[in-house]
Amino acid sequence: MAQLVATLASTHHPFYLKATTMPPEQQMPQAPEWKRKIEAYRETLSRTKPDILVMIGSDHFHQIFLDNCPQFLIGKAARYDATFYNEEREFGIPKYVLEGDEEMSGFMHRHLMGQDFDFAFSNELKIDHSIICPIITVRPDADLPVVPIYTNIFAPPLPSPKRFYNLGSAIRKAIDDYPSDKRVAAIGTGHLSLELGGPRQFMETGPDPVFDRQAIEWLRTGDIGAILENVDHESMARSGNATHGFLNFILMLGVAGPEDADYVDNLDLFHTMEAYFTWYPKEAAA
Amino acid sequence: MSKYYVNKFLFTVDRNPEYLERYTKDPRTFVATWEQSIGPRLNDAEMSTVHSFTEAERTALIEHDYVALFEMGAHFFLNLTIFIGIYDEAHMLKNGPLAFQKEFAARLQHWVGKDYPSVST
Repeated sequence: MAQLVATLASTHHPFYLKATTMPPEQQMPQAPEWKRKIEAYRETLSRTKPDILVMIGSDHFHQIFLDNCPQFLIGKAARYDATFYNEEREFGIPKYVLEGDEEMSGFMHRHLMGQDFDFAFSNELKIDHSIICPIITVRPDADLPVVPIYTNIFAPPLPSPKRFYNLGSAIRKAIDDYPSDKRVAAIGTGHLSLELGGPRQFMETGPDPVFDRQAIEWLRTGDIGAILENVDHESMARSGNATHGFLNFILMLGVAGPEDADYVDNLDLFHTMEAYFTWYPKEAAA
Repeated sequence: MSKYYVNKFLFTVDRNPEYLERYTKDPRTFVATWEQSIGPRLNDAEMSTVHSFTEAERTALIEHDYVALFEMGAHFFLNLTIFIGIYDEAHMLKNGPLAFQKEFAARLQHWVGKDYPSVST
C-alpha cells in the first residue's frame, strides 16, 4: 500500500515569491527572515522523498464561480495548467504546468465517494495560487505529480469545521488504502485570521492576533476537540471576513490525525500571521 | 437586487485584461456594453435572460464605488482584486506600497465591530 510520509499545513501568502526575489534594496525588511523560514520548512518535505503530492487548496473564483459551485472537488487529469492572468498581474506568480496522476485521482475519487463524500470532479482543472504557492515554497522544482483537491471556503453556505476534519480523515484513509508502493505527501494551505476587501485589511498584524496565537497552539498540539468546541463559521467571520481559510488547516489535521505537530514555525507579517506545520506519521518516524 | 450578477460583472472583468482596461478608462460605456452583450452570455452558444442590475448596482459599478458594492454584499475578494487591478499602481507611485488597500480599508471603517453585509447569494 502507499505510504503517507508527511502532512504539511501552511498559510499561502501570494506575495512570497515577489517579496523575496525583487532587488534586495527594494525588499521589505522581513524578506530574508521569511526566505530562511520557507527554506527550513521546505526541508521538512524534501527529507521524506515523496513521489506524489496530494494537494488541498481552494479556488479563489479563478476557475470556479457562483454559476456552478462545488463544496469539494477533485482534479482528474494527466496535466494541470496553473496561474490565471489576474494572479500574474496582482502577485507576479508565473505560469506552471503540473503533472497529474490520473490513476491516484481516480482511486481517491472512488474511495471518497465510498466514504460518503460525494465529490465533484474536473477533467480540465486550471490550478490557482492556493496550490501554486505551496509548490513555490516547498517544491519549487514542481517535479512531482499532483492530485489536486479543492474545498469551498469562499461562497457560503460552507461545510462545517467537523466536516472538513472528517474529510481530512477520509483522505488519509484513501492514501493508506491506495494499492501502490508510492510515497505520498499531503500538502494543504489556508489562512489564520484574514481580512480581504473589508475595514480590517492590511493592518500591521492579521485582524485577530489572539485567534492566530490560539490557532497555532491548537494545531501544534493537534487539539481537534478544542478547535471544534471554539471555531464555527460565525467565530471565524468575527476574526476576519476571509478567516474561513482556517477550515483547510482543520482538514489537514484530519489527514495527520490528532497528534502533536513535528515541526511548527510562524512569522508575524504585515496583515497576516504566516504559519507552517508538518506532521510525520508515527510509524514512519519510528 | 442581483448580488450574483454584480459578482458576475466583477468576475468576468477582473479575469480579462481587455475588459479591465475598458472598465478602467470608460466605466459608463463599458457597463452598458457588459449588460447588453457580456453579462447575458452563458457560454459561446447560449445566452441567459434571467438577470439584470438594479439602478443602485449599475451606479455603483459605473462609479467604481467599492464601498457601496461592499454594502450590497458583493463578494469581498472580487470587490477587492478588481479595484486593486485598477488603482494599485497609481496609488503606490504616489503614496507607497499598499496605499490603495489602506484607503479601501479606511473608507469602510464604519463597519468595524458590526456584522458585515452577507456575501451569500
